[in-house]
Amino acid sequence: MACNGTGGGGCESGGGCYNDKNNQSPTQNNNKSTSDCNNNNNRNTCLKCKSSEATIFTGGEGGGRFCAECFRSNLYGKFKLAVTSNAMISPVDKVLVAFSGGASSRVALQFVSEMQHKAQKNFDATANRDRSLPVFGVGVAFIDESEVHPIASGDLDKAIEDIKGIVLNLAPPTKELHVVPIRSIYSTKTNDGKEMLQNLINTVTDATGKEDLLTHLRMMSLQKIAIENGYTKLVLGSCTSRIACHVLAATVKGQGYSLAADIQYADARWEVPVVLPLRDCLMQEINILCNLDRLKIVEVFNDSQAGINGLISSFVKVLQEENPARECTIVRTAGKLTPFPFNRIPEANVDDADLASQRRQKRFNLKPIESLPPEAFCPICNSPMSCYKNSQPLDNIFGATCCSSCQYQILPEEPSSMDQFYSFLPESIISRAKNGNEKWIREKIQDCLLSDGEDEV
Amino acid sequence: MEGGGGGEKRTMKMCCICNQRRPALKRPKTLQQICRECFYEVFEEEIHRVIIDNNLFKRGERIAIGASGGKDSTVLAYVMSELNRRHNYGLDLFLLSVDEGITGYRDDSLETVKRNEIQYGLPLKVVSYKDLYGWTMDEIVKMIGLKNNCTFCGVFRRQALDRGAALLKVDKLVTGHNADDIAETVLLNILRGDIARLSRCTSIITGEDGPIPRCKPFKYTYEKEIVMYAYFKKLDYFSTECIYSPNAYRGFAREFIKDLERMRPRAILDIIKSGEDFRIATSTKMPEQGTCQRCGYISSQKWCKACVLLEGLNRGLPKLGIGRTRGVNSEPKKDDSQIGAKNIQSKPCGSLDF
Repeated sequence: MACNGTGGGGCESGGGCYNDKNNQSPTQNNNKSTSDCNNNNNRNTCLKCKSSEATIFTGGEGGGRFCAECFRSNLYGKFKLAVTSNAMISPVDKVLVAFSGGASSRVALQFVSEMQHKAQKNFDATANRDRSLPVFGVGVAFIDESEVHPIASGDLDKAIEDIKGIVLNLAPPTKELHVVPIRSIYSTKTNDGKEMLQNLINTVTDATGKEDLLTHLRMMSLQKIAIENGYTKLVLGSCTSRIACHVLAATVKGQGYSLAADIQYADARWEVPVVLPLRDCLMQEINILCNLDRLKIVEVFNDSQAGINGLISSFVKVLQEENPARECTIVRTAGKLTPFPFNRIPEANVDDADLASQRRQKRFNLKPIESLPPEAFCPICNSPMSCYKNSQPLDNIFGATCCSSCQYQILPEEPSSMDQFYSFLPESIISRAKNGNEKWIREKIQDCLLSDGEDEV
Repeated sequence: MEGGGGGEKRTMKMCCICNQRRPALKRPKTLQQICRECFYEVFEEEIHRVIIDNNLFKRGERIAIGASGGKDSTVLAYVMSELNRRHNYGLDLFLLSVDEGITGYRDDSLETVKRNEIQYGLPLKVVSYKDLYGWTMDEIVKMIGLKNNCTFCGVFRRQALDRGAALLKVDKLVTGHNADDIAETVLLNILRGDIARLSRCTSIITGEDGPIPRCKPFKYTYEKEIVMYAYFKKLDYFSTECIYSPNAYRGFAREFIKDLERMRPRAILDIIKSGEDFRIATSTKMPEQGTCQRCGYISSQKWCKACVLLEGLNRGLPKLGIGRTRGVNSEPKKDDSQIGAKNIQSKPCGSLDF
């Protein structure tokens, strides 16, 4: 992973980072590029354009060596293919990009903005004609977690300034930036949100549980921003490497059943559907692009992982170093698991769009997923659960409505601390547990039956 | 699942199960402090529950215990004969060993199995590679070296166990695969993208469509507890690694499992649970079962794997049959050289071999 160095010049000048490995093991060039290899005796020309000198070496799935231009367009191509083939963004959408300041979400932001810029140019070119496509809207969200990860206020202010600068400097049209503290998951009525949040986190004793709980709260917070500001999609920067770690983490935590829900391109179990356009991009590639294009990264909160998650990421890192295709293989294995019906962008969204956009949308590969919807979702992590013990859960048995993984690593063992924990929960989690997602699920089932019926006719 | 347990009143350090004797150990699976007697009891009782809940055996069945002389199979033989007597399963138990022909390893461990035969009063049958295939592992390694030798050994052992079981006329074969082994296999199958094996590897009974079904009563039993049980019971077992694959058993994935266990003992059970719960479409087609045209053993191809490998050995082409489909059963594809290089072995040699 020599390419990952964040220090300045990066790979463009380095030239040799993955060279050795590449030449030693020609088998790693997979089908896509094998034929190119055979025709190409010159080891230093770009695999794609075959004319420029290759300066970037990715050991990954493409087994590739590229010139800067082709590397960029290749990576953007993966993003774009994911977006179009999964109907992630339609012209009438307003998408919210979750930006942590890190490399992956930085690239997600860059690509979404490029895509919007191109759409805008098309729009401008055809504006006076009939049937022009509207341009989708883009907003950016940064979740301020300083209440959980203490940070000097000066540092935080600087980071937020940097983020503002990044968003301001993106290609037009201008994008709204939402900087929201994570305590906002508590309703505005509760003015001690900060205290409640800290108490909640502190009740969790398991280091891994604490970290995972924070991840769930972050998602709730993003959803809240999206709902309140009328966004229709939430874009996350999760890349292949990140997802590979999640696959192993979920397996180790006993979440084999729900795993398939988390790793698809689209996840519409949330009120605002979540999409992962960087699912096929490796961390290594993302880092190279950030260096290449001098994309500014803002390291705000120390995101070194603890416990099980930390162990897994170092394990995956070593595996990836031994075999640059490993992360892809892991994600591909998990990709073969049967997804859930909500792992696609709901039809309704497309129906609402005007005809022109419908006609122009490239959609393939969007077969309805024919599997039964899960009966219940964990109120904490929103994981689908295979069996539902209690149809009408009461307050005092909140724990029973949670998945076994959250029960173990997040819920307190002692009944007394359990009551406390419950009292610190944000309203949305409590109502999720109370309603058991019933109404929502029924809607989903109907949805599903309808579209199945239509397909058969 | 096992929520409370330790959460009761805290008297002065007594076994947290019987509350009468001083604790002698911290149970690896739950970290409960318990006495030796209670450990034996929970250890054996858990295995009994697994046997009953999964209907592993029927009264009157003849069962072969795959016995290598190592800790897992020794404890398995001991516990099986103990439970069979105590709970009156009505099973006829046998020990079945494979002699791979590895001097300094198998000859010594076979001595252990022979002692077990007397200690537990279980009849022993030994089948040897030399008799079945005409080659010992010593001879094979002399010819092919230390690369891929585990492939030969694994393929030959599988068939040898089936043939031995057929000679004993048993209905089932039990093996000492423990929870750590299964968790490791789940991970390895994810790492190498083998969805078909991933869906099968957590089944407690396998090969029900084959000649002799195999089952794993230790599916939920931690390796550490097996070692502990053998240690406290002073069972006579052989604990040397195979001389041809030193460290094979301490592969990279294995180390990872151990790290996880240290941080969270329940991780091993959780991995197995994940393996059982994965949503895998059942449509994954299994190759059609036929019989080998040469030896009559079950095979999906013209020749069974063992015959392909043997043919290679006998013709002096030991690469035959190594790696993916090539050689006798299909047209040769590409060049041989790289295959096997990025092979991740699982049991018997659980190493990540890049």
